[in-house]
Amino acid sequence: MNDIVVKTEDVVKEYRMGSNILRALDGINIEIQRGEYISLMGPSGSGKSTLFNMIGALDRPTEGQVYIDGQNMSQLSQRQIAAFRCHRVGYIFQSYNLLHVRSAHGNVTLPMIFAGISEKERNQKAEKLLDMVGLGDRMYHLPDELSGGQRQRVAIARALANDPSIVLADEPTANLDTITGREIIDLIKRLNTEQGVTVISATHDLKMLDVSDRIVDIRDGLVERIRNRDEIEIEVGEVGGEGE
Amino acid sequence: MQQRTPIEEQIDLPFIESLRISFQSLKIRFGRSIITTAGITLGIAFLVSVWTNNEIGVALQESGRQSTINTFEETTEQGISTKDIWLIVMSLIVCVVGIANSMLMAVTERFREIGTMKCLGALDGFVVRLFLLESGFQGFSGALIGALIGTLGAVLLGLKDYGLDLFFYFPLLPAQPENGPMQLGVIIVILLGCILGMILAVIGSSFPAWRAAKLPPAEAMRTEV
Ligand SMILES: Nc1ncnc2c1ncn2[C@@H]1O[C@H](COP(=O)(O)OP(=O)(O)OP(=O)(O)O)[C@@H](O)[C@H]1O
Ligand SMILES: [Mg+2]
Repeated sequence: MNDIVVKTEDVVKEYRMGSNILRALDGINIEIQRGEYISLMGPSGSGKSTLFNMIGALDRPTEGQVYIDGQNMSQLSQRQIAAFRCHRVGYIFQSYNLLHVRSAHGNVTLPMIFAGISEKERNQKAEKLLDMVGLGDRMYHLPDELSGGQRQRVAIARALANDPSIVLADEPTANLDTITGREIIDLIKRLNTEQGVTVISATHDLKMLDVSDRIVDIRDGLVERIRNRDEIEIEVGEVGGEGE
Repeated sequence: MQQRTPIEEQIDLPFIESLRISFQSLKIRFGRSIITTAGITLGIAFLVSVWTNNEIGVALQESGRQSTINTFEETTEQGISTKDIWLIVMSLIVCVVGIANSMLMAVTERFREIGTMKCLGALDGFVVRLFLLESGFQGFSGALIGALIGTLGAVLLGLKDYGLDLFFYFPLLPAQPENGPMQLGVIIVILLGCILGMILAVIGSSFPAWRAAKLPPAEAMRTEV
């Protein structure tokens, strides 16, 4: 199988702050296969979130290209980028980023409203998705009335609303306790295995290691190494030993 | 199940969906909406009260009545003192700055929401339209209430100054006295106050919303308030 969903070519991202230029990404080249579960690991400030933003078309690289489904992202129009974010990618963030004026249900329906799906259809789908993430009885609660783990479940349901082929998750468990974090990881992993969604997740969380197909280690804006699943088993002890 | 088709163009939302989303947003954020709206109300109330007060003063001078209190003032032949003009200009500035500020604050604390909506597929134009609708509604209702409060204030002041004569000569409608300046009349002042409040609110909200919508979502979502 050689079906590449995401490909980055010498992606560079520089942030300008006054006269200082900070090179957050220093030429990233990765290829991600359809259906893979990829973890981006690396110390704080290494550029994980920056790369996440590049792959998800949430920001533009300073140099280099990002291809999704073979499509060069820099050549898309505004409308195409909006449609891309709407249909192809589901985003999950560390801080959930739910709209606090909309209920769990309202958050899940919003991407479907943007996709032009009929009201009846989107209500059914939202109910189905919220049921799937275990929030069937909390559908009409506002995010402020939900726990962290429940909010992240809403975010996951919302990310899946338009059947994306890629789910991007930026430290989805960082604000959660170990057990809740584990549940969220299992949920994301289930999407990956059962629905074939490609998952790309930035993380510090070592619990993520054993569900990943590959781990991309990022350091100072560069890919330090890429480890496969079989290599991971050997190293879990070692990495785990480093502590947090 | 995977889409391999080329990436399509994002569709525009039907107007009714935008309307529903903006009203829901106003409703749930009710407390915060009220505070923003109160900013508009205050600005317009101040402006309209000063302006109406002036209209009343001019009208009653035309009619030959003099304020029992303000007779010693350096009123010009036309009946509008430089002090009055200065007051109206000042209240206009206070009104513009006050409304622009309260709208700007209300939008700034929603940058993250704007970024998030863009992640979910919102077009820039949708974001701007949302803020246009919300601020237009807030602007109109806030300004209307403000204009009524302002008029009431001016009437009370007028009663104090002129007593019940006020009601015989009340400058409700536009008038053009032979030897005086054009009088707009209180109804027109109220109307102008409402329009001004609405325009200021809409500009004060849509402009920062447009700036935020143009940002890459990653940047919009970074802003912490
Ligand atoms: N908008 C920005 N403006 C300026 N500098 C930025 C911006 N975003 C990121 N950076 C810088 O780029 C570098 C990489 O940041 P990034 O957020 O990608 O790190 P990270 O690996 O996600 O870290 P963490 O694990 O703490 O989330 C950091 O040095 C950060 O300070
Ligand atoms: Mg990060």
